[in-house]
Amino acid sequence: MDLGKSGFWGYKRENGRVGVRNHVIILPVDDLSNAAAEAVANNIKGTMAIPHPYGRLQFGADLDLHFHTLIGTGSNPNVAAVVVICIEDGWAKKVADAIAATGKPVAYFGIEGHGDHDTIMRASKKAKEFVQWASELRREEAPLSDLWVSTKCGESDTTSGCGANPTVGNAFDKLYDHKVTLAFGETTELTGGEHLVAARCRTDDVRKKFQFMFDRYQAIVEAHKTSDLRDSQPTKGNIAGGLTTIEEKALGNIQKIGRKCLVDGVLDKHEVPTGPGLWFIDSSSAAAEMVTLCAAAGYTVHLFPTGQGNVIGNPILPVIKLCANPRTVKLMGEHMDVDVSGLLRKEMSPDEAGDALLDCMFRTANGRLTAAEALGHREFVLTRLYESA
Amino acid sequence: MIHFVVHDENDSVGVVVVEGVTKGQKLAGWIMDQDKDISMDAKSDIPIGHKLAIKALKSGDAVIKYGVDIGMAIAPIAVGEHTHVQNLRTKRW
Repeated sequence: MDLGKSGFWGYKRENGRVGVRNHVIILPVDDLSNAAAEAVANNIKGTMAIPHPYGRLQFGADLDLHFHTLIGTGSNPNVAAVVVICIEDGWAKKVADAIAATGKPVAYFGIEGHGDHDTIMRASKKAKEFVQWASELRREEAPLSDLWVSTKCGESDTTSGCGANPTVGNAFDKLYDHKVTLAFGETTELTGGEHLVAARCRTDDVRKKFQFMFDRYQAIVEAHKTSDLRDSQPTKGNIAGGLTTIEEKALGNIQKIGRKCLVDGVLDKHEVPTGPGLWFIDSSSAAAEMVTLCAAAGYTVHLFPTGQGNVIGNPILPVIKLCANPRTVKLMGEHMDVDVSGLLRKEMSPDEAGDALLDCMFRTANGRLTAAEALGHREFVLTRLYESA
Repeated sequence: MIHFVVHDENDSVGVVVVEGVTKGQKLAGWIMDQDKDISMDAKSDIPIGHKLAIKALKSGDAVIKYGVDIGMAIAPIAVGEHTHVQNLRTKRW
């Protein structure tokens, strides 16, 4: 595929970023505000609530990560406008003000002193205004370099490492040449192949930062494990699919970053890329946590290879599934956007598979709903660093 | 028809990519990186996605896949034998 003149049709946001979706979201800051947020989304068609279980009595770095993840989600260019609801005004304003720095319409509501009924009424009026405004925004042509593409694999098996993951790698190598902003992560799932990622870092500084993040995560595993992690990493599903060791899983995982592109930078969980290239995001390997962090970092399309059939989606980030396992494609076809099982029958070359994925990526960016979107998968999972106070 | 694929010709294992491989079956393999053909007899029933040894391994040997060490053989493994948690384990954690 010649990507030289390729572009996509997206929504140009006030801050210059380009989104591929036009969501108006109702964002609760805490668990207590979920009911009101869901009521508003039910009242006002075309809006979407993003409920979650956290936000009370968190502190320190864990609270910072909570705020940054919510703010990043609201700031993502796939979101046109945001209604923030919190039990009290102060934190609602804090989240709303940070999202408003992007220039997009934001309103906030505190429940205390009003109750759910009054809050839902006032927030619904604002949500209706936002969604009618957003419904008149039009897609415009944008260059490929305005697309931010992240990846993570899930329910992997050995076909991930020889089929679906190298297909993402092939696509990443091609996108990298065109100044696309790319991301991968899954820190513990690099175990056994971390030296290969370190060798791909562009500079010594990047390598040092990557090694710091990797070692920091290993220290958490070491501190909390009660046995080796053979029951968790690889997972039972991975093992049923034929993966035996974490090293084998990691090497399959690393196929996603292709063979040519270099790691240009390393991000902590709440950081946003500052330029094009391939970024490593320190992150859990749990699918929804990692994809939620990608959305919060500003990524607009996600490539998700699976072997045994992970069904994950995200509220605002379209998750494109690809699979090379012929059995999974047969049994769980409704979840798959791209079938690359031909790779394992030698009926498809790696280049053809990469192009098929890129074709689906462009169609998705232009508006085609992914399988996960059509099936209503909206997994939004906040990463926690430690216990609440 | 391809029954199994191998990433690199220096690997000690390949991956079965079809359903229903049974003990004694003649298997055709494809070494992807070097684009070479390879064949052997299955020494066990092997489910789709699971590994078979393409080189004989002694207990304690490193098992190589993608040209990299993925763990240690904890039992002798014959060419064509199912290679999984019963005879291979991690060197990490």
